[in-house]
Amino acid sequence: MLTTALRMAEEGETQNPLIPQPYDIIWSAVIFVVLLLIFWKVVLPRMQALLDERAAAIEGGIKKAEQAQAEAAAALESYNTQLAEARAEASRIKEQARADAAKIEADLKARAIEDAERITAQAQQRIEQERQTAFASLKTEVGSLALDLSEKVVGESMDDARSAAIVDRFLADLERADLQRDGAGR
Amino acid sequence: MTLLAAAGTEPEPFHPPSIAEFFPPLFLLLEPTIAWLGSDEPIFGINRIMLIRMLSALAVILIFVLGTRRMRLVPTRGQSLVEMGLGFVRDGIVYDLLGEKDGKRFLPLVTTIFFMVLAMNVTGIIPFLNIAGTSVIGVPLVLAIVSYVAFIYAGLKKHPGAFFKNSLFPSGVPWFLYIIVTPIEFVSTFVLRPITLTLRLMMNMFVGHLLLVLFFSATHFFFFSAGGFYTLFGVGTLAFGFAFTAFEILVAVLQAYVFAILTTVYIQLALAEEH
Repeated sequence: MLTTALRMAEEGETQNPLIPQPYDIIWSAVIFVVLLLIFWKVVLPRMQALLDERAAAIEGGIKKAEQAQAEAAAALESYNTQLAEARAEASRIKEQARADAAKIEADLKARAIEDAERITAQAQQRIEQERQTAFASLKTEVGSLALDLSEKVVGESMDDARSAAIVDRFLADLERADLQRDGAGR
Repeated sequence: MTLLAAAGTEPEPFHPPSIAEFFPPLFLLLEPTIAWLGSDEPIFGINRIMLIRMLSALAVILIFVLGTRRMRLVPTRGQSLVEMGLGFVRDGIVYDLLGEKDGKRFLPLVTTIFFMVLAMNVTGIIPFLNIAGTSVIGVPLVLAIVSYVAFIYAGLKKHPGAFFKNSLFPSGVPWFLYIIVTPIEFVSTFVLRPITLTLRLMMNMFVGHLLLVLFFSATHFFFFSAGGFYTLFGVGTLAFGFAFTAFEILVAVLQAYVFAILTTVYIQLALAEEH
């Protein structure tokens, strides 16, 4: 144990740690080259691909969002124009309805006036007719009545009392005749 | 030795940390050797430290190759850890200093340097490995040379013909000062950079290992060989051992970061229009 330690220590004294041994340099260089190739050809390209992919995904996301926003804006625009059209349509219809209503009202009024005039005219015509018939019948009746009365007046002696009685009788007759006519009419 | 004698029955001697720990015996690929290299060591020899380096490289490969397989847009927990590591080097070091355009070209290099150094530093505190792969000069030296070649390549590619002139004869300096400035610039840019890169990393890990060995072997000695009153010292050295183990984690990450960021800064300076 001690001797090996001593031997190694002796060997160690002969080795200068600042003087590289050939195997030390060769293996260091080999390891460096291998690691360089691994990083250069395998690891870093994969990493770069991932970063590109990630950037593309983020960019794609942004683009998609922009597209969605544009679509939403277009939809809003079309809704607004549709709304405006609908409003215009509605106001046009309202205007039309108002105009129609005014026309209908005017028509109705005109017809009502016409009807009223017509009815008035008919009524006047009928009144006139009735007046005519009443006048005619009255004329005949009044004639006969006057005749009756005069006959009665002439047939009797004419003093004041008598003539008064005659008139009363005549009136009563007249009344009776009226009543009879009414009863027959019922 | 006097302490040992005092302790008496079959005392185990104190094992001081030694440089030999960084040169354990080779046990594989003992052939061939090339005599004219000035060393009779086998050129493909494998010892414990080479194995530890291969193990850490394997761990890096497994983590990153498996971690980046079937990556998802919305990361799982493991994937986001791998992404965080790669993103730290990419955004925190390379793109931050070089910008995205130049940064893309040097990203594999700096990423490799960072994770290779980090993985090999961390083995210094992993139980049963217990020595940093970067504490032997090979890895720091190779990576420093890579960094050196990279920034000179970057400068020559960006300013063909003008790079060395810009580096050695900075504009805006009176001509007679070049007598002083040019040697200073030459030494600091083309001589000291690789040397400081190498030594900073290697010595940090080297000394870190020696310290940990010192604390833990002293603890062992105080507890089991010295005993008695010395056990109290053992408690102290054990506490220091714990503290320095935690400190080594920090050093491991920090040195990897420093190596990577210095490489990037050298490339950035070489790419800059004026010096």
